[in-house]
Amino acid sequence: MAEYTLKVRRYQPESGTGPYWEEFKVELDPSLSVLDGLLQAKDRDDGSLSVRCSCRAAICGSCGMKVNGSSTLGCKTQIGEAHDQANRRKANDVPPPMGADEQPPPGSANGSADNPIVIEPMGNMPVIKDLITDMESTHWTKIRRVTPWLLPHGEAPEREYVVEPESMIDITQSMACIQCGACVSSCLSMEADPNFIGPAALAKAYRFVGDPRDAETKERLHDLAHDPHGIYDCTHCFSCIDACPKGVAPMDQIMRLRRKAGEAGIDDPNHGHNHEAAFVKIIEKKGTLDEGLLLQESFAPGVKGKLKPSKAAIKELLGSIPTVLRAIKTGKGRSLSKLVPGIHPKLPGDAQDEVKAIYKHAEEHREEFNLYISGDEEATLEDGLDPERSGGTGAAQPHGGGAGETLGAGEETTEEKPQ
Amino acid sequence: MTDPIKVAYWPGCVSRGFTSELHGSMAFVAEKLGIELVELDRANCCGAGVIAEHNQELADTLNARTFALAQQTGLAMMNICSTCQGAQSECQQRLDADSSYRAHINEVLSGQGLAYEKGKDGFTNKNFLWLLVEDYGLERLAGLVKRPLSGLRVGPFYGCYVVRPKERLGYDEFPERDLYLEKVIEALGGEVVEYDGARKCCGFPVITMNRDTSLRQAGTHVGDAIDAGADCLVTPCPLCHLNLDMQQPEAAKVVNRDLGLAVLHLPQLVGLALGAEPKQLGMSKHIASTKWVEERLAAVPA
Repeated sequence: MAEYTLKVRRYQPESGTGPYWEEFKVELDPSLSVLDGLLQAKDRDDGSLSVRCSCRAAICGSCGMKVNGSSTLGCKTQIGEAHDQANRRKANDVPPPMGADEQPPPGSANGSADNPIVIEPMGNMPVIKDLITDMESTHWTKIRRVTPWLLPHGEAPEREYVVEPESMIDITQSMACIQCGACVSSCLSMEADPNFIGPAALAKAYRFVGDPRDAETKERLHDLAHDPHGIYDCTHCFSCIDACPKGVAPMDQIMRLRRKAGEAGIDDPNHGHNHEAAFVKIIEKKGTLDEGLLLQESFAPGVKGKLKPSKAAIKELLGSIPTVLRAIKTGKGRSLSKLVPGIHPKLPGDAQDEVKAIYKHAEEHREEFNLYISGDEEATLEDGLDPERSGGTGAAQPHGGGAGETLGAGEETTEEKPQ
Repeated sequence: MTDPIKVAYWPGCVSRGFTSELHGSMAFVAEKLGIELVELDRANCCGAGVIAEHNQELADTLNARTFALAQQTGLAMMNICSTCQGAQSECQQRLDADSSYRAHINEVLSGQGLAYEKGKDGFTNKNFLWLLVEDYGLERLAGLVKRPLSGLRVGPFYGCYVVRPKERLGYDEFPERDLYLEKVIEALGGEVVEYDGARKCCGFPVITMNRDTSLRQAGTHVGDAIDAGADCLVTPCPLCHLNLDMQQPEAAKVVNRDLGLAVLHLPQLVGLALGAEPKQLGMSKHIASTKWVEERLAAVPA
């Protein structure tokens, strides 16, 4: 048993006052959860302390919250670890920012010997009461936005659809989502653009784009690529990857959607595909990035893009002129290779040919090694197969080609391991 | 304490492009610190996550080539870009996870007399910040300080790619990697400014795709640092620098407030404390004026 202080951001709408901080002392075993701590405070100190929870075992996804600033499930975070994390920062710990009219929490001085565990409601969502957020107005609305059901063509089969297990492996990771909203809470793009469709909904979108039974994949991709708040609005910050309690890695699913959109040749008004295509081409030709050329080709690709630039391209290129002029003024951009797109040097000697050979090989094979499915061979050899990580599919490796090689390393060990 | 450090050095693309002051200041500071840089001039772009978005195998092979070139030198590899670190660590994680995948990637490299070998001679790839704290040592760094940054209030800005995802970036072994900038600022005699954006995203990756989302992020973080009393920001990522510094006047328009906060590259901050003149560190090339930083340092005698 140990004593912990929970500093909870509270909000009681019926009180008529704004949010405030309140500290609760709880006493429990370090291996119990932050949620257990909150429930003890509710039981012993204040029955009005509100938190949503059900299974308490990281299955139902009800108790999403921020612990020490990180979005997570209260039931999946051990209180001892949360305490250590709160005190790891010590002098660097700052109370989370609040509105101008709010009071700083008591005892928030830097460097105190025992920092409390800071608990807040999830971010990017309106707060209904204490730790309870309105999941409907953001999370569920966005989930519905991506048409989260199967859209098959033709007559439905008499009984169930028959699919090869291998063809479903790719989407097992996105299927592991429990809709807790932790990724939405952590999303830094959504913080800047509340209209961003967001990590949970886009991971859900990939679940159907990657499903062999779905017949409207291209329409789905077209829709998500054309939306200014769609797949190209993700700023690649990895927050959702760290927040997800189930290893869904929503950002990776968004990158898969971009890859599929590119493969489907979808040209979007957000310059997303052009940017990617230009980047890839520049490195093939030059080995390192020609930034000026990337900018030019992202907005006005090829001869056609320059002869008939889109309105958006003209706006973006004109908009970048002040930045370029400032860079010339300070000397930052005052060199020929920066001002004239395309004269950026290649890699020395035959190094550029080596890069081109890599392109030839990789574009031929286009293998996608998915760690979630395959796992780390050394880790799986040591631990045996972890069914959660493998998605319970038998862990076929997507690379390696022949069917004889598709047995996962972990699976072999499971068989070899004496029971 | 004074073992010489020699590294296979990958400067990245942006440090030789629109933030060439970073490449220059790194060379300057390395000499002062006694770090020998063996530049990997044949190595290629890390792909910055964009090539992986197009074709994951392509990104993995391109970075395997860079690692193989570094391994040929027998030295540990160092980069000076959070984005390179993140993109390369992502590929390295896949390469290290599976021997048959590695063999497939090495097929094409073998034709070039190259091979990426997992864990060869304890191979590591660390950015300058990690190397400075973990291998060089803060005490050794502090011992070389000629002009302590006394009174200079510095806000750290990490860049996403060196703070997340924790599992991939070695936080199991080095759990304080997201506190290193604070430690370095303090070792140099400066004062750490706490503000909300230190570990958030600068917005750069979507600058060509959603300018508003991108610049709103940059502008918000710069504004928050100003409100918290910062004299400047420091970042180990040149791509963050592009959004926080080069785009700062544009970001100010998006967040509709005055900004004007100097953003230093990590080697520049180190260089100032080691006694270098701002001009030697290329600070005059910045878009957001660094004059205030210079005045602050001049006002407090070393």
